Amino acid sequence: MSYIIDRRLNGKNKSMVNRQRFLRRYKSHIKRAVTDAVNQRSITDMERGEKISIPTRDTAEPVFGHGEGGNRQRVLPGNKEFNAGDKVLRPKGGGGGGGSGEGQASNQGEGDDDFSFFISKEEFLDYVFEDLALPNLLKKTLNDTDAVEYRRAGYTASGTANNLAIVKSMRSAQARRIALSASSRRKLKALKIELEDEESKDTDLINPIKVKDLNAQIKKLEDKIKKIPFIDTFDIKYRNIIKEPVPSSKAVMFCVMDVSGSMTQQIKDMAKRFYILLYLFLQRNYEKTEVVFIRHHTSAKEVSEEDFFYSRETGGTIVSSALELMGNIIEERYNPAEWNIYGAQASDGDNWDDDSPHCAEVLRQRIMPSTQYFAYIEITPNAHQALWRAYENLQGPLGDRFAMEQISNASEIFPVFRDLFSRKQVKEAG
Amino acid sequence: MNNDKSPKSTDKINSDSLDKETLDDSASNNRREPLSTGSEWTFELLETYDREIARIAKGYRLDTYPNQIEVITAEQMMDAYASVGMPISYHHWSYGKHFLHTQTNYQRGQMGLAYEIVINSDPCIAYLMEENTITMQALVIAHACYGHNSFFKGNYLFRTWTDASAIIDYLVFAKKYIKDCEELHGLDAVEETLDAAHALMNYGVDRYKRPRPISTFEEKERQKNREKILQEQVNDLWRTIPSTEKSTKESTTRFPEEPQENILYFLEKNAPLLLPWQREILRIVRKLAQYFYPQRQTQVMNEGWATFWHYTLLNTMYDEGLVTDGFMMEFLQSHTSVVYQPAFDSPYFNGINPYTLGFNMMCDIRRICEHPTDEDKEWFPDIAGSDWLDTLHFAMQNFKDESFVLQYLSPKLMRDLKLFSILDDDKKMHIEIDAIHDETGYKTVRKNLSKQYDLSQREPNIQVYNVDVTGDRSLTLHHYRNDNMPLSGNTEEVIKHLHTLWGFDVFLHSVNPEGKTIKSYSCSESKPTPEELNLEI
Repeated sequence: MSYIIDRRLNGKNKSMVNRQRFLRRYKSHIKRAVTDAVNQRSITDMERGEKISIPTRDTAEPVFGHGEGGNRQRVLPGNKEFNAGDKVLRPKGGGGGGGSGEGQASNQGEGDDDFSFFISKEEFLDYVFEDLALPNLLKKTLNDTDAVEYRRAGYTASGTANNLAIVKSMRSAQARRIALSASSRRKLKALKIELEDEESKDTDLINPIKVKDLNAQIKKLEDKIKKIPFIDTFDIKYRNIIKEPVPSSKAVMFCVMDVSGSMTQQIKDMAKRFYILLYLFLQRNYEKTEVVFIRHHTSAKEVSEEDFFYSRETGGTIVSSALELMGNIIEERYNPAEWNIYGAQASDGDNWDDDSPHCAEVLRQRIMPSTQYFAYIEITPNAHQALWRAYENLQGPLGDRFAMEQISNASEIFPVFRDLFSRKQVKEAG
Repeated sequence: MNNDKSPKSTDKINSDSLDKETLDDSASNNRREPLSTGSEWTFELLETYDREIARIAKGYRLDTYPNQIEVITAEQMMDAYASVGMPISYHHWSYGKHFLHTQTNYQRGQMGLAYEIVINSDPCIAYLMEENTITMQALVIAHACYGHNSFFKGNYLFRTWTDASAIIDYLVFAKKYIKDCEELHGLDAVEETLDAAHALMNYGVDRYKRPRPISTFEEKERQKNREKILQEQVNDLWRTIPSTEKSTKESTTRFPEEPQENILYFLEKNAPLLLPWQREILRIVRKLAQYFYPQRQTQVMNEGWATFWHYTLLNTMYDEGLVTDGFMMEFLQSHTSVVYQPAFDSPYFNGINPYTLGFNMMCDIRRICEHPTDEDKEWFPDIAGSDWLDTLHFAMQNFKDESFVLQYLSPKLMRDLKLFSILDDDKKMHIEIDAIHDETGYKTVRKNLSKQYDLSQREPNIQVYNVDVTGDRSLTLHHYRNDNMPLSGNTEEVIKHLHTLWGFDVFLHSVNPEGKTIKSYSCSESKPTPEELNLEI
C-alpha cells in the first residue's frame, strides 16, 4: 500500500528559520566579515552577497568522544602485503586515525577548514546598514532594487473588480448588441415594409394568411433581438495599470577627500561608509550614477577609487584646490541640465587657515548653483577649525541643499543624509 | 541469472528440474513488456513501478509499513537534510548550520544530494528527488520503501525501542513546546539549554530498559503534571540536606547509589536549579536520542539489507522483462558506486563502507544457504544449505551490527575484502598487524570488527558517579577508560554545557580499570576560563 504525494509545491524554505538562528548566533563573526568586505570592495559594488567564513572550531558542537592514543584495535579493508605479526611504523599525523571509525561521517567539511557559506545581497546590506543606524523605512528604500511607478495604460479584458471601467464596458456592450443584432434588424426592417405594403392594400386584397405569417416572422425576429444579452462577460473592461520604472536620469557623485598625513586609514574607512551610503541612495534614484574621486592635500587630483582610499600622501592641506577642481570638472564634463550633481566631502577638519573663507566662496559661487546636494562630514573628535566655521555660514542661505555634520563613529553618518532622504520620501508620498 | 522470481514453492521446482521446457515456459509466461523505455518519470509511472516492486517484494515476504512516497525538489531535500531527515523539527541554529553547509557544497557542485531519505514512521515516509531519472526513482523505491521500511518494521531493536506510529506526533508536540518556550523565556535561554542538551544527547539513552510509547495527546497531558511533580521531587531531595549534620564526615552512601549512564535523564530528574521547562526540553532531546539509538546500532545491517533488496528486486524485474537493458546499466552503475570500498591506503578511504560490508554479508548469507562450500559447512553448520529467505529474515530480525558481524561474517568475505586487524598502542613505536584474512586470523578479525560496531566501545563510557549532597552540591562523573583511550580535546567544552545544566561545580575523572584517576576535568563558576587568564597575562 503506497501513496505517492507531490510535495514540490510545498514551501521550500523550511530551513529559513534555522538559518536565521545560525546567522543570529554568529552575528559578530558575520559583521566582522562584512566590515572586511566593505573595506575591500569598491563603493559601486555593494550589491552582491558575500562569502562568510567562520573558523570551524567556533561553530563546533562538542560531544564526548575518544581522543587520539590508547591501545586501539581496528579492522581495515584492502590488505596487500601484511602478514600477522608484521610491524609497521605509525603513519605521521594521528596514529591510526579516529578509532571510533565510520558512523561519524562528519558533515562539517574537512579538518580545520573554515565553515563557509554565502549571505545574500539583502543580508549583506543589512549588516552594512546596521552600524549606520538607518531608520527601517529607509533600509527598505535602499534595498528595493526596482523602483517602479504604477501608470494607466488603456484597457484590458481581465482585472480586479476595483479596476472595472464601467463606461467602457457599457459602450462595448452596446457595440456588441448592435453588431449581433444587425442582420436580424435588417430583415425585420424589410418585413415591416412588406407588412406595411400589404396592409396598405385594399381591404379585399389583403391576404390575411400572409399578414399573419409576416406578423409571426416579425415577432420571431423581435424575440431574437431581445434575447441578445444586455451585458456579457465579453464586454467587461478593466482599467489596465502597468508598472513602469521611475523616470530615469543621470547623476554624478563627487567624492572629495583630504588625504593629507593627518587622515588615518580608520578615518578613511569611515569616510568610505559615508560615500557608500550616498552612492546607494543615488543609485536607487537614478538609472546611471557616475562617481568622480577627487583627493587633495595641497593640490587636488582626480584619481581611481583604489588610489582614493588606499594611497598615502603627506603634506599640508588646501581644501579649495579640490573644490576648484570639482568646479572645473563640472564645467567640462557634467552639464547641470543633463546631470544631477551631488557632492560629498570628508575631512578631518584640517585646512590652511587662510584658505577656508575661499572654500566657502568657491562652494557658494561655483559649485552650489549647479549642485543638487552637498554634504560635508568632519571626522574628528577635536574642536572645530576654520573650515567648519566657514561652512557654517553657508547653511543658512543654501538651506536643505547643504548638510554638514561632525562625526566620530559610523552611526553618526546618517543624520547628514536625513534631509536628503526625507525629501525623497515626501516626493514618493506625493 | 536466478530462478527465484516467484516465492519459494516454485523456486524448488525450478532448481530441481532445470529442464529446457520449464525455463522456456516460465520465460514465455513471465516475459512482459518493459514498464518504460525513456529516462523521464511521471506519477503514473511511479505508481506502476511501485506496484510491481511491491508485488515482487511480497513474494520475498518483505513486510512493510504503508509507504508514503513524497516527490520533492533539491531545495526541499536540503531542508530535509538539515533536520536529520525529519519532516518536522524544532528550530535550532545547528540545523541552520547543516543547511548552510549542504547548500554551499551543493551549489559549488562539491557534493550531490542523497537520492533518498527515509523515515522510520508509520506510514513510512520516503523522499524522492524530482531530478532523478525513472531508474533512480525505482532504485530508491526498492531501497527505501521496501528495504529500509521492512527493516524498520522487522528488526528487534526498532520494534523494542521506537514507536513508528508516534514519532511524527511527538515531533509536533516538541516543536510547539519549544516554540512556546522561546516566546516565554526568550530565544537565548532556550538556545542555551538546547545546546547543552545536544552536547549530551548520546548520553540520553536507556540502553537496557524499554521506554514507554509516546503520543502527542498523552504527552501534553502528562507534561503539565510532570512539571509540578518533578520540581517538587527535586526540591525534596535538597530539603533533606541540612538536617543531617552528622553525615558530613565521609558518608559511604553515594547519590546516586548506582552510577547512572543516562546523564540527561539524571539531570532531568535531579539537577537542582533547572526550571520545569528546561527539564521538559532535556526530556525532548532524550526522547529523540532514544529514537535514533537503534539506527546508530544497525547502520551496516540496515543499509546492507536495503541494498541487498534493491539489488534483488530490480534484478527480478529485469528477469521478468519489466525493465530494459539501459535501465539495468544505469542501475548497476549507481549500485556499484554505492558499494565501492576503497582500500585502507586509498586517499578516498573513510572507514569501512557500511553499504559494502552489509550488502556483501547479505549476499554471502544467501550464497552459504544456496551453494555452501566445505568451509561454509564447517563454519556455519546451522545455515549452510538452509532456506536462504528464512535465514536472511531471521538475521535481519534478531541482530544488531555488532552481533550480526560476529555471527555471520564468513572467511570467504574476509578474504574478498582483504580484512586485517591492527593493534595500535600509543606506548609502542610500531603498529602491529595482529591478524589477517587467513586460517589463523579469521576469528580475531571477526571479533575485532564486531567490537568496532559496539556502541559502548565506540563512545566513551561516562557515568554519573556522585553528587556531593551534603557539601557544595558538586557533580562528579567517571569516565571508565576502555583500552586506555583518552577523551577528546573538546571534553572541556562539554563539561561547560554540563555545568550550565547542573548549576554547580562539575568534575569528570577519567579512570583506568585499576580505579586510578588518570586525568580530571572540571568546570566551576568562580574559575576563570583559560581565555580570561590569557587576557590578563
